Amino acid sequence: MTRIDAKFAALRAEGRKAFVAYVMAGDPDYAVSEEIICGLPGAGVDVIEVGLPFTDPMADGPTIQLAGQRALEGGQTLKKTLAIVAKLRETDTTTPVVMMGYYNPIYSHGVDKFLVDAKEAGVDGLIVVDLPPEEDSELCIPAQAAGLNFIRLATPTTDDKRLPKVLQNTSGFVYYVSITGITGAGSASAEAVAPEVARIKAKTDLPVIVGFGIKTPDAAEEIAGVADGAVVGSAIVERIAKGDSVADVLAYVADLAAGAHRA
Amino acid sequence: MADDLFNSFMNGPDEQGRFGDFGGRFVSETLMPLILELEAEYERAKTDEAFWAEMDDLWKHYVGRPSPMYFAERLTEHLGGAKIYLKRDELNHTGAHKINNVLGQILLARRMGKTRIIAETGAGQHGVATATVCARFGLKCIVYMGAHDVERQAPNVFRMRLLGAEVVPVTSGRGTLKDAMNDALRDWVTNVRDTFYCIGTVAGPHPYPEMVRDFQSIIGKEAKEQLQEREGRLPDTLIAAIGGGSNAMGLFYPFLDDASVNIIGVEAGGKGVNNKMEHCASLTGGRPGVLHGNRTYLLQDDDGQILEGFSISAGLDYPGIGPEHAWLHDIGRAQYVSITDAEALEAFQLCCTTEGIIPALEPCHALAHVMKIAPTQPADHLICMNMCGRGDKDIFTVAKALGFEMGEFA
Repeated sequence: MTRIDAKFAALRAEGRKAFVAYVMAGDPDYAVSEEIICGLPGAGVDVIEVGLPFTDPMADGPTIQLAGQRALEGGQTLKKTLAIVAKLRETDTTTPVVMMGYYNPIYSHGVDKFLVDAKEAGVDGLIVVDLPPEEDSELCIPAQAAGLNFIRLATPTTDDKRLPKVLQNTSGFVYYVSITGITGAGSASAEAVAPEVARIKAKTDLPVIVGFGIKTPDAAEEIAGVADGAVVGSAIVERIAKGDSVADVLAYVADLAAGAHRA
Repeated sequence: MADDLFNSFMNGPDEQGRFGDFGGRFVSETLMPLILELEAEYERAKTDEAFWAEMDDLWKHYVGRPSPMYFAERLTEHLGGAKIYLKRDELNHTGAHKINNVLGQILLARRMGKTRIIAETGAGQHGVATATVCARFGLKCIVYMGAHDVERQAPNVFRMRLLGAEVVPVTSGRGTLKDAMNDALRDWVTNVRDTFYCIGTVAGPHPYPEMVRDFQSIIGKEAKEQLQEREGRLPDTLIAAIGGGSNAMGLFYPFLDDASVNIIGVEAGGKGVNNKMEHCASLTGGRPGVLHGNRTYLLQDDDGQILEGFSISAGLDYPGIGPEHAWLHDIGRAQYVSITDAEALEAFQLCCTTEGIIPALEPCHALAHVMKIAPTQPADHLICMNMCGRGDKDIFTVAKALGFEMGEFA
């Protein structure tokens, strides 16, 4: 059982919804990013998604693209991203960390070495946008063997015929992308999302978390209300881009978390 | 060799879209169902005689195929060695080989009921070809082009607009061809249901590398027949320039199982292939990685971050290369070399004055390598080089590089 499995079991027992927050490692710089990530559990975040910067984030909108660029210009690397997770683990041993990004930096590091290093740093799961089920032998299967969850994205184009394939080697939770589009774009309504979540839950016992386009505590509440939780990324990253202080960013995250937890 | 299917070099890709370890389908889940649908439709089209009959008709009457196989007599004399033939794909409608592939993809898009076509472009040749064919079939066309390229290829931007296409300057990342491809992919993820992504080279997720190769293979098929007719035999050496590698793959593919044919791909060496990375030679100066849907050789740093390529030729300015080339490189069936900007410029001028052909800067890289090897070969050695584009679009770049002020001629 990973920290992710334990966290969702606990939330389920308490009848609470999960609040998942995404920030880009190294944005706006290493020190501030480390401070924000280490402060997320205290702001009520149930699962932390740590973005792994990549030069060519082809499924991300401008907000996440620019965050990645800021991080890379500041010298962020895969090793430094793992170091931030290790730092978090000095003060927090229960909040799950999911590393989210693209395959090439991991492939370049070497898959076997990456899995050892990620596990050692305290990473619990992976979301790799450009690894669909068709490429499971690359990282998904080795990651599960190493005790890391491999979390898959399901989308509006994942029809009933394809859904079993998407769910097959997924663990931890399912991330439902509520729109066809890039991160930070417009959001889907709770009414539109509810039947999609039901469709996925009919095929799996895994928690279903919904993301893309959630920007306010109310939206987090609405979406979490029809799923097992909500993810917010771009809206938090925008605050960081604006130069908000760490305290202000964490206060905003706490508002979003409170919204999701009201559901 | 061709008799033994197990040893054929022409069987790739496998069912996973792999050429050896290269290729694959590294795309987000949103795109995966569409990629599978495209693959299924292409498999049906491949064996549909009506599809190919329509292609042949358009190739003949709209593009002007077959393109000539031209004996470059003065160039041969000047270099004093091998006998040099130029496959004249620069004489195609729109001035490059790009339209061979675009026609195939647009016919597929029509079969799939897609009404909106998107494309990425570097030098603008693929964008112009896509805009052209979209105009011909009355389809909406959106072309993503790096802001930097929009500036240095202004005539092609205007051509696309005249043809009714919307040209979107890409400022994300560094505003180059790879960023244009990223933005095209973002558009596709957003508009997946009505949109067809017309990729301009033998890269991207399966089935693109195979499909684009098959459409471009008309170059090699014609070349084989034409040389048989002219010389009664196979060429000894094939040479083509490579950015993503579509014109080269098109020329090479029909010859892969002809063991006597040397195959040479020429990458853009920019200012020189060294640790300063001011080049686009993915095979000679990169290492395997995953980008834009496929595993292939990429220019990247130690952390797996993609580097910008550098070349005088906007059409070769891409940090990757088609996966089939990566495979042919690794197994040694083809040889890959690089040519610098300076060498390409010298070839440009020689071609103008000895053959009366103003070539695009892309094939000048191939020609510069012909200049290196032709003098070392006997007179009965046959070289066939693909002249994949004409140089009208490049005259401003060349003028600048040679220190001419265009105003001087006024």
